[in-house]
Amino acid sequence: MSDVLLSLKGLTKAYPGVVANDQVSFDIGVGEVHALLGENGAGKSTLVKMIYGLVKPDSGMMELNGRAFAPAEPRAARADGIAMVFQHFSLFDALNVAENIALGMENPPKMRDLASRIKSVSENYGLPLDPFRTVGDLSAGERQRVEIIRCLLQDPKLLIMDEPTSVLTPQEVEILFQTLRKLKAEGTSILYISHKLEEIRSLCDFATILRLGQNVGACVPRDTSARDMAEMMVGTALKTPERAGRELGPVALSIRGLSVPAPSAFGTALKDVTLTVHKGEILGIGGVAGNGQDELLSVLSGEVLCAPGEVLLHGDAIGQMNPTKRRKLGVLAAPEERLGHAAAPDMSLTENALLTGSVRQGLETRGMIHWSRAKEFAEAVIAGFDVRTPGPGNAARALSGGNLQKFVIGREVLQDPDVLVVNQPTWGVDAAAAAAIRQSLLDLAAKGAAVICISQDLDELMEISDNFAALNEGRLSAPRSTQGLSVDEIGLMMGGAHGMEVAHV
Amino acid sequence: MDLSAINPVQLIAFLMVAATPVLLAAIGELIVEKSGVLNLGVEGMMITGAIAGFAVTVETGSPAVGFVAAAGAGALLSCLFVVLTQFALANQVASGLALTLFGLGLSALLGQSYVGVKPPTTPKVEIAGLSDLPVVGPILFNHDLMVYFGIALVAATWAVLKFTRTGLILRAVGENHDAAHALGYKVVRIRILAILFGGACAGLGGAYISLIRVPQWTEGMTAGVGWIALALVVFASWKPWRALLGAYLFGGVTVVQLNLQAAGVAIPVEYLAMSPYLITIVVLVILSADKSSAPAALGRVFHASR
Repeated sequence: MSDVLLSLKGLTKAYPGVVANDQVSFDIGVGEVHALLGENGAGKSTLVKMIYGLVKPDSGMMELNGRAFAPAEPRAARADGIAMVFQHFSLFDALNVAENIALGMENPPKMRDLASRIKSVSENYGLPLDPFRTVGDLSAGERQRVEIIRCLLQDPKLLIMDEPTSVLTPQEVEILFQTLRKLKAEGTSILYISHKLEEIRSLCDFATILRLGQNVGACVPRDTSARDMAEMMVGTALKTPERAGRELGPVALSIRGLSVPAPSAFGTALKDVTLTVHKGEILGIGGVAGNGQDELLSVLSGEVLCAPGEVLLHGDAIGQMNPTKRRKLGVLAAPEERLGHAAAPDMSLTENALLTGSVRQGLETRGMIHWSRAKEFAEAVIAGFDVRTPGPGNAARALSGGNLQKFVIGREVLQDPDVLVVNQPTWGVDAAAAAAIRQSLLDLAAKGAAVICISQDLDELMEISDNFAALNEGRLSAPRSTQGLSVDEIGLMMGGAHGMEVAHV
Repeated sequence: MDLSAINPVQLIAFLMVAATPVLLAAIGELIVEKSGVLNLGVEGMMITGAIAGFAVTVETGSPAVGFVAAAGAGALLSCLFVVLTQFALANQVASGLALTLFGLGLSALLGQSYVGVKPPTTPKVEIAGLSDLPVVGPILFNHDLMVYFGIALVAATWAVLKFTRTGLILRAVGENHDAAHALGYKVVRIRILAILFGGACAGLGGAYISLIRVPQWTEGMTAGVGWIALALVVFASWKPWRALLGAYLFGGVTVVQLNLQAAGVAIPVEYLAMSPYLITIVVLVILSADKSSAPAALGRVFHASR
């Protein structure tokens, strides 16, 4: 364990206007699982891209097994035993598993030999895969297996994993961890990037923490609390949202036995969905992405219409009402996709504020727009939610993801909704801003609004919601109180391990 | 009206000739689109190839040199598309349309002194014994080399795409250029090569019209064949053998309607003249139900920073 495999010395990489990595140094030992921690934009991705040869450092050097290591391209890095599993899978949907794996290899054997090797390696590590299936038909967990097997076939010395668990259910995460532990036992080093602190505590031997491109500390995750690590990442004491004891009021909105066909070839059909949300309640809806989240939001917001009686607001049928009519009644929604769905990218913040706010904020009369009032409303959102932007005249596209997310959520919250539906409210937002958004949702519920929060971040749902339900292939599980709900139970509600197997160690 | 004048054997033989230009252009565009690039400039590259091939053949007296020059001219014009879309990152649809307009204008300019000139004839491949066979001989063994070249190109394209690593990388680039880049493949270089290949094929197809099918030079003589080639690629769901089938359908309807015109069928000539385009497009619409087979990165601009 004391042998150093890869040593980084003073790596620096600057992009115009931002220093992504500033004098980063650390060592990764042989057979060590090394965590790289940091907020979004802390420079984790740039750092691993330098190790993988996708980006060249401006200064500094790396040593692999004591020799200078400066890969000019991924091919060179792979030849030296560096393998990487990407955050956004670098797979080709239309090709089959074996073809995808062949593309990531230098000298792939004949297809038939490769297929049998894939079979043997995948079974050996408990990740069974059929080499001839088309990747586009695989689940997220299976696609990740393809990436891992692609790496394993090259006998890597260092396996880099960039946010590998963000698309997995808890059971699938456990299977992945068993595979990684087996690899570690065989002497493979792993550089594990994540911001899920509990995972890092259970898996990793050592952690390096990056903040704004700089190495700000290191720790042994097993001996450090998640809270301490989070504060090292953020740099300030973290304010956890406060959750006042709430009394649930009468039913605000309910859906009864709703089935909606899939809107497109790649969509998910909703099957017999039933849910109720009370005034003052936050209902958390979890599930792996692509199991009907977007479709459920569309049905609630009015983008997709259904039979009138399938969606009830205070007992009145609203299933046939369009989004504008629903807004008038107090049903607001903030969809997941910020650029293009929740906001029009090339329009100013004022215009974007007007687009959803005009009905409830009285921003137009008989088709004529009150620009000054719209601007005031946009400014109120910017001030109230700490949106960092020069002013409301800026285009939505010009804002960073986290800032636009704050604007999108704030715009709905400030309209004083009776029912608010949000999808992935803190996706891509740093910890401090995420805490502020969660607090605003809690405050809204405390004022008596009903909130439906769809999210893939289970910690977030456990933190803010009163009741939890999970979407799995378009079906919604029966809601359970979040009090005393265990991770295992949540995982089963999300569909369990999707038939995955555990490593045969 | 005298339908008995139509000889089915000649009809099939002539169908293969009529289909060759559209087939060549379509196979080139198929490769281009498989790499994830949509080049709508096929018509422009064809007509440029048509005049280049015609002019060089007339000047040198050798159709072989003419065809090589046509391929070169098509590839050269496609360089313009390369500069616009791969380096300046311009919109591919607009760039392709510009290429077509530019090609049509350029060819008209270059071709001014060649109107009414008769080119040297391209020899047919005579295979002793086989060419004289009844029925089979005229259909299969009495053609010029380019007809065989077109069919061989289809077979080669199919084999390369299906069995070779080159084909696999090409498909990967067209499927997900970001992932291909992340794995270390040179996305831009691969696309440039594909675009040049497409240009060369379109040039050959154009020269086939001006040197063999018609043989003479008139302005705008490709008459929309480039557009049909583009449609064929979609209709064929990006599969080479289906492109061959589609090209023969287009060629077949063309030949039949010409024969019907000659036989004096009581249908206005305009309807007959539009029928190959109409029928091909109708079949296209019916068969293009499986849209999923389009390369996923088709028409998307690639920039390495993202």
